[in-house]
Amino acid sequence: MVSELPWNSKTGTLKRELAQGMMDPCSRRALEAGLQIKESRDKKGMETHVTALSMGPVMAEEILHQAKALGADTGVLLSDRRRAGADTFLTSFILGKYIQREIPDADLVLCGSQTSDSETAQVGPQLAGELSIPAIGYAIDIQLKGQKARVQRYVDDFQETFEMDLPGLVTIDQSAYTPRYTALGGFQDAFDEPDISRVDAHMLGLGDDFNALKDSPTRIIDVYSPTTQKENKVLKGAVKNVVDQLFEEYGKVISHAMGKDLKTHDHGEEI
Amino acid sequence: MTKTRDIWVLGDYRNYFQNRVTLQILARATDLATRTGGRVCAVVFGEKVDEYVREYIAHGAEQVYVVDDPGLKTYSIETYSFLLAWLVGKFQPETLLVGATRFGQEIAPRVAKELKTGLTADCIDLEIDEKGGLVQIAPSFGGNLIARIITPEKRPQMATIRPGTFHELAHDNGARGEIIRLSLPEHMPKEKILCIKSEYKPSKIKGIEKADIVIIGGRGMGSKGKFKKLFELADLMNGEVGATRPVVYANWIGHDSLVGQAGKPIKPKVLFSFGISGAIQHTAAIVDADFIVAINKNPNAVMMKMADVAIVADANQVCSAIIRAVKEKMRD
Repeated sequence: MVSELPWNSKTGTLKRELAQGMMDPCSRRALEAGLQIKESRDKKGMETHVTALSMGPVMAEEILHQAKALGADTGVLLSDRRRAGADTFLTSFILGKYIQREIPDADLVLCGSQTSDSETAQVGPQLAGELSIPAIGYAIDIQLKGQKARVQRYVDDFQETFEMDLPGLVTIDQSAYTPRYTALGGFQDAFDEPDISRVDAHMLGLGDDFNALKDSPTRIIDVYSPTTQKENKVLKGAVKNVVDQLFEEYGKVISHAMGKDLKTHDHGEEI
Repeated sequence: MTKTRDIWVLGDYRNYFQNRVTLQILARATDLATRTGGRVCAVVFGEKVDEYVREYIAHGAEQVYVVDDPGLKTYSIETYSFLLAWLVGKFQPETLLVGATRFGQEIAPRVAKELKTGLTADCIDLEIDEKGGLVQIAPSFGGNLIARIITPEKRPQMATIRPGTFHELAHDNGARGEIIRLSLPEHMPKEKILCIKSEYKPSKIKGIEKADIVIIGGRGMGSKGKFKKLFELADLMNGEVGATRPVVYANWIGHDSLVGQAGKPIKPKVLFSFGISGAIQHTAAIVDADFIVAINKNPNAVMMKMADVAIVADANQVCSAIIRAVKEKMRD
C-alpha cells in the first residue's frame, strides 16, 4: 500500500508548509486514509504495508519522518537535482517509475486530491495513467473488499459510490479523513531512526540525459505577482465616511458578488 | 488525419444549469480561433445529448463531435477519458480545453497523460502568442503568483479553465454547426470502475468554499457577542462567515468556519476581513479571493497590505456601518 505525498509539481521549489516542517494538508489526509485501512485490516489479521512516498529536495525527508511517526512502515524520498522543475506529467512519470520498480504489487495508491501550493490536482490521475490502473478522485470514504475498493465521493453536486478493481488509485478529498495528532515523543523516535530511503534518478533507471525541466511538456514562460497589481487603496477617517467611500467606489464589485442591486449613495440610481 | 488548428472544448453538461463552464470556454475559444484560424469544436459523450449539442452550436461551436450511446449514460472517468483520447488521436485538434469542474479536473489529466502532452490546471486566462501557441495563464504557489505557461512542442495544448472565468456568448438560435456522429469504437477497454450509485444532490448550503462573498472575523472583532454581527452582514449580502484560528479556539464560532491551512481555502469574489492581522496560515487560504476589503486599526497588518481596500478603523464599528449602509441601499 502506498501513500503518495505530492510535491510542488510546477517548480520544484520548497513549499512554505515544508519550511515549517508540515506535510501538505491533503497528503496528510491521504496518509490518514492509508493508516485507517491498515488498522482495520490488521484487526482481521491481514498484513498491510504502508509506504510513504514523496518527491522533493533532501529537506523533504522531514515529512517522511513525520509519516513514519504517524504509522507508515516505510518512507521513501525521490530526490535528484535533475528532477527540479518537473511538471505534473513528469512528476507522475517519476513517481510511477519508482512504484513500478520497487513496489509493483502495491494494491492501493493514495494521494491527496491536490497540494496546497500548486493545486493542480493532476498528479494523482496522471500517476494512475502512468501505472495503467483505474483511479477515483476526491474520495470521502474507502472500504476494501477483497480485490475491490468501494469508494464514496461527493463531486459537482453528485453523490457517488463506485466499486473499483484493485490495484487502483484514489485521491482523498480535502474534507475527509481528518488527520491524527502524534505525541511529540512519537515524532522523536522516528527522527532517531535514520531510515528514509533516498532514491535518485539513476536508481530509477533514468539516463544521464534526464532533465525534468527539459522533458516536461509544459514550460513556464514567466511568473508574476497578482498582488502587485492590487491598488491597495487605504481609507482613513470617520467610519461613516470611509464606508460611504467604499460603496461609492466599489459598490458595483460588491453588489455583483451579492447578486443584488444596490443603490449608489448619492445619486440613488440602480447599478 | 493531419493535424488541424482546431480548438476543442469538452462538453461537460452534467449539472448544466449550475455549471455553464463549457459555454464560457466556447466563448473564449471563438475569440482565440480568430487569431489561429482554426475551428471551434465541442465534444459530447452521453445518451440522448442532442439538446446539449444544439446548445453548444448556439453558443459558438462550429462543429460538434458526438458519441451518443446508452452505455455512456452516466459519467465514467475511465470510458470518457478513453473516448476523448481516441477522438483527439483521430481528429488531431491543436488545443483541447476542459472546464475545471471536479470531473474536468479528473478527466483532463488522464487524457493528457494518455496523449503524452502537457496540461495546465485551473487557468484564469488564455492568450495566443506570436507563434500562434496557446498561453495558459494560471495561479501558482497557492495563488500568490500567476504563471504564464506554454506547451512548446506537444499537441494538443491542454488546459482546464476555472468556471466563471469567461463570459458566455449570447444564445444564437440561428447559428449553424456541423454535427459529426460517431459510434463507440469496436474495442472498448474493460471498465474497471463500476458505478453503484450516482445521485444528483445539490447542496442547499452554498458553503464557505463556494460563496461569492465571505466575511471573515478575527480577534479584532472584540468579543463573541460582537462577532455575531458578522452573521447579520453575511445574511444581508448572501455571504458566509469565516473565522481565524484564535476565534475558533475562543469558541466564538465552530471549527467548520475556520479559514486557513488547518481549515478551508476560499475563493470568493469579495472577501471582507475584519480585525485580522494576517498570519501566513490564514493568508495562504484566501489568496484566491478576487477582491479583498480589510478592516483593521493597524494599517501595517499583513492583511491590510494584501487588500484591495484597506480601511484603517475599528473592525466592529465598520461592520455596523456597513450593515447600515447595505440596508439603506437595498431599500427601494
